[in-house]
Amino acid sequence: MSILTVDNLRVERGGTSVLDIPHFILEEGETLAILGPNGAGKSTFLLTLARLLSFSQGELRFRGEDVSLPEVAIPYRRRLAVVFQEPLLLNATVFNNVAAGLKIRRMGKTEIEKRVTKYAELVKITHLLKRDARKLSGGEAQRTNIARAFATEPEMILLDEPFANLDAPSREALIDDVHVILQQMGTTAILATHDRLEALRLADRLAVMEGGRIVQSGTCHEVMNYPVNEVVASFVGMETIFSGVVRRVNDGSFTIDVSGRSIEALGHVEAGERVDCCIRPENIIISTHPVGEGTSLRNNLSGKIVKIAPQGPFYKIHLDCGFFLSSYVTPQSRENLCLQEGKEVTVSFKATAIHVLRREKG
Amino acid sequence: MDIIVEGLLKAFQLIFSLDREVLTIAVLSLQVSGLATMISLFLGISCGTAVALTEFPGRNLVVSIINAGMALPPVVVGLFVTVFLWRNGPFGFLQLLYTPTAMVIAQAIIATPIVMGITVAAMQSLPKKLRLQILALGATRLQMLWILMREARLPLLAAVMAGFGGVISEVGASIMVGGNVLGYSRVLTTATVMETGRGNFDVAIALSIILLLFVFIINLILTLIQQRERPR
Amino acid sequence: MKTRKRSRFITALIISTILLSGLFRPVMAAEMKSVILATTTSTQDSGLLDVLIPQFEKNTGYFVKTISVGSGQAMAMGQKGEADVLLVHSPAAELKLVASGVGINRRLVMHNDFVIVGPSDDPAKVKGLKSTREAFKKIASSGKLFLSRGDNSGTHAKEKEVWKAAGINQEKEKWYQQTGLGMGQTLNVAAEKKGYTLADRGTYLALKKTLGLEILNEGDAILLNIYHVIEINPAKWPKVNAAGGKAFADFMLSRQTQDVIKTFGVDKFGGALFFPDAGKKVEDLGK
Repeated sequence: MSILTVDNLRVERGGTSVLDIPHFILEEGETLAILGPNGAGKSTFLLTLARLLSFSQGELRFRGEDVSLPEVAIPYRRRLAVVFQEPLLLNATVFNNVAAGLKIRRMGKTEIEKRVTKYAELVKITHLLKRDARKLSGGEAQRTNIARAFATEPEMILLDEPFANLDAPSREALIDDVHVILQQMGTTAILATHDRLEALRLADRLAVMEGGRIVQSGTCHEVMNYPVNEVVASFVGMETIFSGVVRRVNDGSFTIDVSGRSIEALGHVEAGERVDCCIRPENIIISTHPVGEGTSLRNNLSGKIVKIAPQGPFYKIHLDCGFFLSSYVTPQSRENLCLQEGKEVTVSFKATAIHVLRREKG
Repeated sequence: MDIIVEGLLKAFQLIFSLDREVLTIAVLSLQVSGLATMISLFLGISCGTAVALTEFPGRNLVVSIINAGMALPPVVVGLFVTVFLWRNGPFGFLQLLYTPTAMVIAQAIIATPIVMGITVAAMQSLPKKLRLQILALGATRLQMLWILMREARLPLLAAVMAGFGGVISEVGASIMVGGNVLGYSRVLTTATVMETGRGNFDVAIALSIILLLFVFIINLILTLIQQRERPR
Repeated sequence: MKTRKRSRFITALIISTILLSGLFRPVMAAEMKSVILATTTSTQDSGLLDVLIPQFEKNTGYFVKTISVGSGQAMAMGQKGEADVLLVHSPAAELKLVASGVGINRRLVMHNDFVIVGPSDDPAKVKGLKSTREAFKKIASSGKLFLSRGDNSGTHAKEKEVWKAAGINQEKEKWYQQTGLGMGQTLNVAAEKKGYTLADRGTYLALKKTLGLEILNEGDAILLNIYHVIEINPAKWPKVNAAGGKAFADFMLSRQTQDVIKTFGVDKFGGALFFPDAGKKVEDLGK
């Protein structure tokens, strides 16, 4: 059952359109992650959905009810919760902060006591309840913020890059806890983020936004592996993008000529077409075996390591096989294979790992 | 030095004997300045908050006018209020000149820009997103304003103290519009000037001490409210 | 919690209402029958009015607002119809007011006199001189410090009169300093700086013990300080309380009041500060 439907939503700022959503549906109980670079319109979208930003045209329906009317703004907002990137806590104790939404709803003292205790426990800040909110660390503050949001037992929760300001260990811990809470409570959630790993951990569905529009939405697997264009591709981490001309077409597979190399891929294309393709770095295997030996992967190319850059816990290997590819290896593998810049290696990947982005008649 | 000692002694004598004249003067000081501060509180905080939280064309100009108002010389206010309240002036029919009401008006005009200016700064210093967050929690406009004001209570109470301080110590406008009439429009400051002019230094010092006492006690109370850490 | 904040707020509102109501009663009562009396600071500072005004208010039920300012301002208030009655002592300006038709029923009330006071060692040697003009000439020639009120008050006007009579142009001289202050304060400055000044006897006597200055010249007719009461003409300024003004003027000239004036200050200062003159002619004074 869809909890939220959006039709023809447009928001304009200074004459230009900053948000243009022809159609959008949110199903009850699901967690949707909205991915996109800065300025893509993620925050604008969330704020508009919460009716904190006014829109020039469009229809917003929550459980079938039209919530764009002014009279329903406040009752509608009281059924939601919004969590921002900054904790935005009040000048009071942690208890009073978590209770803030409840006090606004004029809840009774004992009821507030119960709710605050419950949610403080879920978010693991029970030991902080009596503390002055100004004296919390970044992670503790954001937890308080989240407790405050969940304490109102919202039907829908909107999170705008909530983990962006946290240091790595706090992030990790909090993402896990939020995941647990969302599952336990079954709250419908929308999470805006620019971090795809975060999105993957928490979300059932992904939507990618750019320039105020939703460019693609679908299950995580769909979006991550079948990006609809380059922008989405680079955002979901399909960093290797190359183009070539289709040489031969077989039943369900084809060969592309990319900078003089032959690449085999699967799909339905026509000979002579120009195609853009992409591959996820995880699907590119580096080995020191000579080409042709020891692998069952269709595509094996010789290439040279152009650059090795540390990338968090991994190393990103930039390769030149006549065209550029990138792959990730663990420090262990790097050591085992003695990878260094300038080394000649074999680069392999499956035909199924290649995804065609765009085709043009040749 | 003797003069100060004499003054102190006179002060004790006047206070403890509850000298009627001094009592009237002291109570009137509190009434006039208290009422003026109340008015400036309501006008200043409400308008200041509105200006701080709303975007409108010419806002910068309005804010600079308010800030200039903070430095408005009290005697200038007194002069203009006198001219307006003169019998033959535009508001002469109200017959307000040389009354404590006129003093309240003048003092309110002096204090309001002070309270307003500090309020604007105080409300503007709150994080911009805080307003959105409070609304997101389901607050009505009124609830949101109340919460924001509580958040800014430190500078807001400083604003009230500044406003009060400005008028309880004011003398020029008070003399001009009040007339310093005994038992009617004579307050601690105007009485002090008069007694000094007459050469009655002991009485003048006594009145000053009482004035200082008031100022201190009231500010003590307000500071305690301001600095109070919320329990629970 | 919310309820506590609410009740605190309500308490505050109640307190302010009490404050407010406390002010309204005197305002309303006063506007019924109030008389605006413009007089000078030196008259007020002598304390005479503190004795007379309550008596007048008791007798007549009027509420008197005594506005004591410099002579210039008092006259200006009369001129603009912002006062109902004047009690002043600047004959030249008063005559102008009467000539303009704004001031009516100018009547002589009382007089006191001015004295020259200065440091007891009298460096300009003015003590004992019969003519005050001579005394001023001596101060000018000796170049000793002279403090003037410089505020267009009655005292200042009198002082300028004497300088003119003595033929001295004192304004720009270095030994001539203008304080712009009231009589009491000017006396204090003179005491501090050990200079000469012209003061009304009443204020001097009131401050005598703290000053350390002495009377060095007195008695000359030119030093007489003559007080008149002037009512403001309702024909020129319809909004004046003409009845109240007249009542006050009549009161000042009544037998009873004149007796009070005669004895005022005797017990405190050992001598009368004012001399009642109702019914007399100005030319007869000082003889």
